[in-house]
Amino acid sequence: MLDFLIESILKVLVVFGVLLFVVAYTTWLERRVLGRIQVRHGPNRVGPQGLLQPLADGLKGFFKEDIVPVNADKIVYVLAPVLSIVPALMIVAVIPFGDSFRLFGREITMRITDVNVALLYILGLAGLGEYGVMLGGWASNNRYGLLGSLRTAAQMISYELALGLTLISVIMVSGSLSLVEIVNTQTVWWNAFKQPLAFFLFLICGLAEINRTPFDMPEAEAELACGFNIEYSSMKFAMFFMAEYAHLISLAMIITCLFLGGWYLPFGIPTPGLLKFPVFLAKVFVLVFFFIWERGTFPRLRYDQIMRLGWKWLMPLALANIFVTGVVVTAVA
Amino acid sequence: MAVITPLLKGLAFTLKRFFSKPITYQYPEQKREPSERWRGLHRLKTENGQLKCVACGLCEAVCPAKVITVEAKETPDGRRFPNRFVVEVTRCIFCGYCQEACPKDAIELTPNYEFCGYTREEFHMTRDVLARN
Repeated sequence: MLDFLIESILKVLVVFGVLLFVVAYTTWLERRVLGRIQVRHGPNRVGPQGLLQPLADGLKGFFKEDIVPVNADKIVYVLAPVLSIVPALMIVAVIPFGDSFRLFGREITMRITDVNVALLYILGLAGLGEYGVMLGGWASNNRYGLLGSLRTAAQMISYELALGLTLISVIMVSGSLSLVEIVNTQTVWWNAFKQPLAFFLFLICGLAEINRTPFDMPEAEAELACGFNIEYSSMKFAMFFMAEYAHLISLAMIITCLFLGGWYLPFGIPTPGLLKFPVFLAKVFVLVFFFIWERGTFPRLRYDQIMRLGWKWLMPLALANIFVTGVVVTAVA
Repeated sequence: MAVITPLLKGLAFTLKRFFSKPITYQYPEQKREPSERWRGLHRLKTENGQLKCVACGLCEAVCPAKVITVEAKETPDGRRFPNRFVVEVTRCIFCGYCQEACPKDAIELTPNYEFCGYTREEFHMTRDVLARN
C-alpha cells in the first residue's frame, strides 16, 4: 500500500512538473512559430534562441501589480483563475503517456491512473474549465469581460454537444471509455483511419472547446480587448494564460490517445518498448505545432458564423457519423 | 470541398512562410543603411576650421517648428558668426527647410538617426555640439 502511495505521489509530481515546464515552453514555441510564419524572428533575445523567455515572462508576471477592480465580485474574481487552471491540469491525470517500464524490479505504468470512465472524466473537467472563464469575465464587472463570458457560455454549449457526439462514435468503435483500452484497440488501424470524419470534427470542436483561434471569440483581442481576462493582471492573468496552454496540450494528448493510436506506430508496425514514449511525444508535438500553425493561418470566425458552424454543420455531421458507425458496427458484429 | 480547399491553401501558404528567412533587421547588431537623402541629426559645417554659418537668420525664419535660435556677432575684422546657435532637436520635425534656406550651405541634416539622451537639455544642441555632430 505504502509503496503504491509513494509511486503515485512521485508520478503526480513528475507529471505535474513536466506539464508546467511544457506549458511554459509551448508559449515560447508558439511565439517563435508565429513569428516565423509572419516572416520575423519572434522572441530570440533572452538566452540562446530566446529559450529563457518563459522564465522572464514568469518573473514579470510575479512583479506586476495585482489589481482587483473596486466593483468586482471579490471572491468569484479571485476564484475564477484557480477554477480555470485546476481542471486544466487535472485532465492529465487520466492520460496514458506510454506503456510501462521496469524500474528497481517494479512494473511502472506511464500514467497516473487508468479510470474506466476516463472519457467522462475528461468531458466533465473540460466543461468545468469553462466556468473559470465565464465567472472571471462576469465577476470583473466589465462590459467587455461580460461579453466574453457570454460568448464562452454560448460557444461551450454549441460545441460541447458536437464534441460529445463525436466521442460516442469513437466509443462505439473501441467499446470502452478508458483511454488505455482505446489506445490498445488501435495497434493496427488508428481511429483516425477508421473514423476520419469523427477525427476532423473532434479537431474542430476541440479547438472551439479550448477557445483557440479561429474560435477565440471569448477573448477576441480586436473587438473585446481580451474579453474575459481584461481586468486580470499579474499572476491571476498568468493562471488564465497557463490554463489556456495546459488545455492546448491536454487536447493534443487526448486526440493522440483517441485518434492517433497513442504510443503505437500505424498499420501494425511493431513499436519497440523504448520508442513508445517518444512516439507519443512526437504525435503530441505534431498536433501542438498544427494548432500553432492554424492559428497563424485562419482568421477568427464571426460570432454568427461560429454558431452556424456548430449547430448546422458539426452537430448533424456528428449525428450522421454515429448513425453510420452504428450500422457498420452492427453489421460487422 | 469548396470549403476545405481554401483552408488547405492557406495552411500551405503559411507553411511556406514558416520556412522562409525572416526579413527582420536585428537592430542593434544589424543596422539598416538609411537612404542617401535621409534627414537625421543636424550638423553645422566648417571650412578651414571655421563655421561656414554667417548667422543670417534665414534658417530661424524658415523653420516651421521654430526650434532654431540664432544670435549673431561680429569678429573684429568684420566677419559675422553665430555667437549662439541652438536647435531643439526634440521638437524638430526634420523637414530640412533650414538646409534648403541656407545661402552658405552651412547647416545640413546628416543620415544619423541614432541619438538619445537622458535629459531634455541634451537635445538643446548648441553651436559647438552641432559642429561636432
